Amino acid sequence: MSGTFVIRFILIQNRAGKTRLAKWYMQFDDDEKQKLIEEVHAVVTVRDAKHTNFVEFRNFKIIYRRYAGLYFCICVDVTDNNLAYLEGIHNFVEVLNEYFHNVCELDLVFNFYKVYTVVDEMFLAGEIRETSQTKVLKQLLMLQSLE
Amino acid sequence: MALKIVKGSIDRMFDKNLQDLVRGIRNHKEDEAKYISTCIDEIKQELKQDNIAVKANAVCKLTYLQMLGYDVSWAAFNIVEVMSSSKFTYKRIGYLAASQCFHENTDVIMLTTNQIRKDLSSPNQYDTGVALTGLSCFVTPDLARDLANDIMTLMSHTKPYIRKKAVLIMYKVFLKYPESLRPAFPRLKEKLEDPDPGVQSAAVNVICELARRNPKNYLSLAPLFFKLMTSSTNNWVLIKIIKLFGALTPLEPRLGKKLIEPLTNLIHSTSAMSLLYECVNTVIAGQYSCSVGSVCLRISVVKYLGLLAMSKILKTHPKSVQSHKDLILQCLDDKDESIRLRALDLLYGMVSKKNLMEIVKKLMIHVDKAEGTTYRDELLTKIIDICSQSNYQYITNFEWYISILVELTRLEGTRHGHLIASQMLDVAIRVKAIRAFAVAQMATLLDNAHLLTGNMQRNGICEVLYAAAWICGEFSEHLENPVQTLEAMLRPKVATLPGHIQAVYVQNAAKLFATILKNQEGNTDSTAAQETSQLMIDRLPLFVQSANLEVQERASCILQLVKYIQKLQQKDVEVAEEVSALFAGELNPVAPKAQKKVPVPEGLDLDAWINEPPSESESEDEQPKAIFTKEEPKHSRPRHTEVDEKELARRREARKQEQANNPFYIKASPSSQKVYQETPGVEHIPVVQIDLSVPLKVPGLPMSDQYVKLEEERRQKERAEKKKKEKKKRKEKRSGRGKKHDSGPESEEDITPAHVVDIVTEEMPENALPSDDDDKDPNDPHKVCDIQGNLQDGSQVVVSVIFENKSDSFLKSMEFNVLDSLNSKLQRPEGSGPHDGLTVPFQLPPGVSNEARFVFTVQSIVMPQKLKGTLTFIVKDSSTHEKLDFKLHFTCTSYLITTPCYSDAFAKLLESGDLKSSSVRLEGVNMPFHHLLARICFHHHFSVVERIDSCASMYSRSIQGHHVCLLVKTSGQTVSIDAKCDEPTLLGNVLDEIKQTFSQC
Repeated sequence: MSGTFVIRFILIQNRAGKTRLAKWYMQFDDDEKQKLIEEVHAVVTVRDAKHTNFVEFRNFKIIYRRYAGLYFCICVDVTDNNLAYLEGIHNFVEVLNEYFHNVCELDLVFNFYKVYTVVDEMFLAGEIRETSQTKVLKQLLMLQSLE
Repeated sequence: MALKIVKGSIDRMFDKNLQDLVRGIRNHKEDEAKYISTCIDEIKQELKQDNIAVKANAVCKLTYLQMLGYDVSWAAFNIVEVMSSSKFTYKRIGYLAASQCFHENTDVIMLTTNQIRKDLSSPNQYDTGVALTGLSCFVTPDLARDLANDIMTLMSHTKPYIRKKAVLIMYKVFLKYPESLRPAFPRLKEKLEDPDPGVQSAAVNVICELARRNPKNYLSLAPLFFKLMTSSTNNWVLIKIIKLFGALTPLEPRLGKKLIEPLTNLIHSTSAMSLLYECVNTVIAGQYSCSVGSVCLRISVVKYLGLLAMSKILKTHPKSVQSHKDLILQCLDDKDESIRLRALDLLYGMVSKKNLMEIVKKLMIHVDKAEGTTYRDELLTKIIDICSQSNYQYITNFEWYISILVELTRLEGTRHGHLIASQMLDVAIRVKAIRAFAVAQMATLLDNAHLLTGNMQRNGICEVLYAAAWICGEFSEHLENPVQTLEAMLRPKVATLPGHIQAVYVQNAAKLFATILKNQEGNTDSTAAQETSQLMIDRLPLFVQSANLEVQERASCILQLVKYIQKLQQKDVEVAEEVSALFAGELNPVAPKAQKKVPVPEGLDLDAWINEPPSESESEDEQPKAIFTKEEPKHSRPRHTEVDEKELARRREARKQEQANNPFYIKASPSSQKVYQETPGVEHIPVVQIDLSVPLKVPGLPMSDQYVKLEEERRQKERAEKKKKEKKKRKEKRSGRGKKHDSGPESEEDITPAHVVDIVTEEMPENALPSDDDDKDPNDPHKVCDIQGNLQDGSQVVVSVIFENKSDSFLKSMEFNVLDSLNSKLQRPEGSGPHDGLTVPFQLPPGVSNEARFVFTVQSIVMPQKLKGTLTFIVKDSSTHEKLDFKLHFTCTSYLITTPCYSDAFAKLLESGDLKSSSVRLEGVNMPFHHLLARICFHHHFSVVERIDSCASMYSRSIQGHHVCLLVKTSGQTVSIDAKCDEPTLLGNVLDEIKQTFSQC
């Protein structure tokens, strides 16, 4: 029962391996980050749609879910609860969808800083922070109005 | 001034904004790097301007580039500038950039302390929020120390939005600056009862993390969490709380009982799979015996996790999993390899006498269908593991097993030829009744060896021929047509096999020859015998020419022998008797420990030179002090690299156990090399054709399926017979041998083996010493013997205790009990409490001693331990309860297992650099060096890797796989031991124990 139950990183990648979001909750140096991104891409994209959404990765595991051409990946400790993070990803995507009104990959590209804001509203310091979609969306609209 | 502003805004019109950058990158797919380097140049220009809007835009673009993997650390200072902008939009960009780009070593972070403090105390909650979010990413120990107080204050902010963030960030602060925990904790605890559920959940998260590191300190919060658990409806919070309880229950067993009810309620009520999974996981880990069975079904919806959970349940409640056999077998059809592998793991634990054949049959079908050698190899090893586990406990029909093995040899490109071979040998040697059948099968295999040879060189399957040749030779009296087999073994094609297999061929050809002679000499016609000799003489020269020394030596030896025999035959001398005497006597399997148990006869010094070593070795005689560094001495003799099969199997078992315990173990990557080579026309010859070409009367290459059917019929017949017998008994009142079993539903015990499979147990030498006794207080009526660390699972230790009754009265009802420590626990049967004693399964008449075994689970083996225990018993005549206290001393040595290690492996181990070193000096040791080594070997379970004069390297391995390496040197009465081990604590303790051993003498 070792290890901590915090998220190590969150990644959004497209099928070609382009990063659409990378949020790190652990210290990695820049080269290591790129290596991780490439490895995750290699591990996740080869998997069939019928495969499980969990894959062992280094000493961690990746919990991922594919939406259209985008892979949403969360890296956690191997002993952590897979399903909770899977639901977490879906919750996140639903918020994005609501926030960008039918989100598509281009929304994420052109508004990448907003995506980071959404992540920060929902996850903090590697913990799931807020799960209520209405609350998150309310905050996001408030923040937007400040611009 | 005005002009400057106008100029600035005109410039801005030409600036790229983020959108332009993104589009630009998309339009320059071919020369992306070049395009980006021009962009970075532009950004550098923009950063030089005074206009904060331009700077913010530039930083925003940099953040995007950073995400794509470009280095932007040079802009750190500009990021700080943007962070300190008073406008929220820019501030946010600045903080985002900082959280993405800064890390502990970024030096400008020092400059941000005051800015962040200002933002934290800003009246605008969003400024505060954005600062907190940023801080969570780049907090350093310095920042944590300086800002801890500010964040603590924010935990009581009026806005829940801020409170929540502050609580979560406190965890990061604790990590970086642990001193802050004590003052902040009371407030953190308050937050568990915050009116806002979001803040509550944040506090739960943080405390859960803290408790995970040090559960003991958080036991007092258990009631609070218990309340939350029953009241909260937030699944995420519930999951965390359940995790927290998972960490707390080992410390406070009473919690477990309290938890059963709410957990069971959740299991039955929740619709969230994640929560259900968490509950089940905790239930299993805590081994609460609640209605796990009902859960299995629900869990199975999510296959992978279900399988994982089941493998845990299997350990405690095997029955409830076994009923889901079909479901698990279905999982083998799954497309996802990880699911299939999990399912395989489960099957291993599920087999019984009843379902073994069925399961293996299914697996065989999968072997045929399987794509990819890795998975197929995995299947193959699993089939063998399943069948051979617990000393072939589940196999009722060994003919079936042999035919399974033979079928497996037809797999293309498997790497596990030697595994199959060792199984064949093992079964043929140990199951006497099967030998005739096995020999027939092996003869067919040898006869059809050319079918395997197509891709023989590349894969390990030819190892099977090693076993086949040996079995045919050793048990040649069972052969139907020995001449034909002999012929097959001496085919020219054999010369293409690997050397060690050829050697076995040659040797066993000689055994066969002896058998044939014996058969033929009985006949009146002596020409047949002479023909056989001629055959040998014709074919053997091929092997005499072999490049392999072993083959050459054996072949020429045997060739000369046969030539001599031929001469005698020509003079009509009967030789068969004498020739077969060469190979007389039966080989029995020997227990791996047998050698150790043979006492060295007095006066025999195994380590002394028989002849003085040749003098030239003196030239390289210098002390090989470099043995622990890279310069490994050159005297590593070539050794026979075949580690004995038992040892391999044991290691494999240990490793597998380890992997089984770690469901997330990433399997070793398969060799990318394609093992199987296309040779048209050889590999796809159907089985039926082989049958036709086999003139032997044995049932060709049998299909194992037929055995399943046969077995089924046999069992049915058996049952019918039993019934008949019972009837007979009733009618004729004849007392037959009929069994009194009720022939209702077939139970495990009802299945009797097909033929008397007398599994020959491993032999121990007759003069084996009993387990080494420990001299204890002679006044004790009982002696508690020292511990023999027997490897079972990863950290299970079997302790054999010898009870000796030194009193004059009869002792009975003995109960053995040990006070468990956190680290070591006595394994008690299911259902008994943690403090119950175990009944010793015998009584002791005066003067008698007997041995009982107890299993302990040990968590950490790096420290020696003393467990207190009591033995209660009743003295028969006085019928009083008596008690005897004792201590069980688990030395670190007892966790070491004598493991042979070859010098090259040893050198590699030392070179790897993973080992920590330590050393010890022993003074005044007055004994010959070889005695000293023997003593270390014997008392501390080491084996000598290599010895050169007064210097020796030794090796041992712990049950948890730590390597321990020693370099022992002696000069005069001083012995120095340099040691290396991957676990320094363990090493220190082992050295201490060695020191103690020598201080006693």
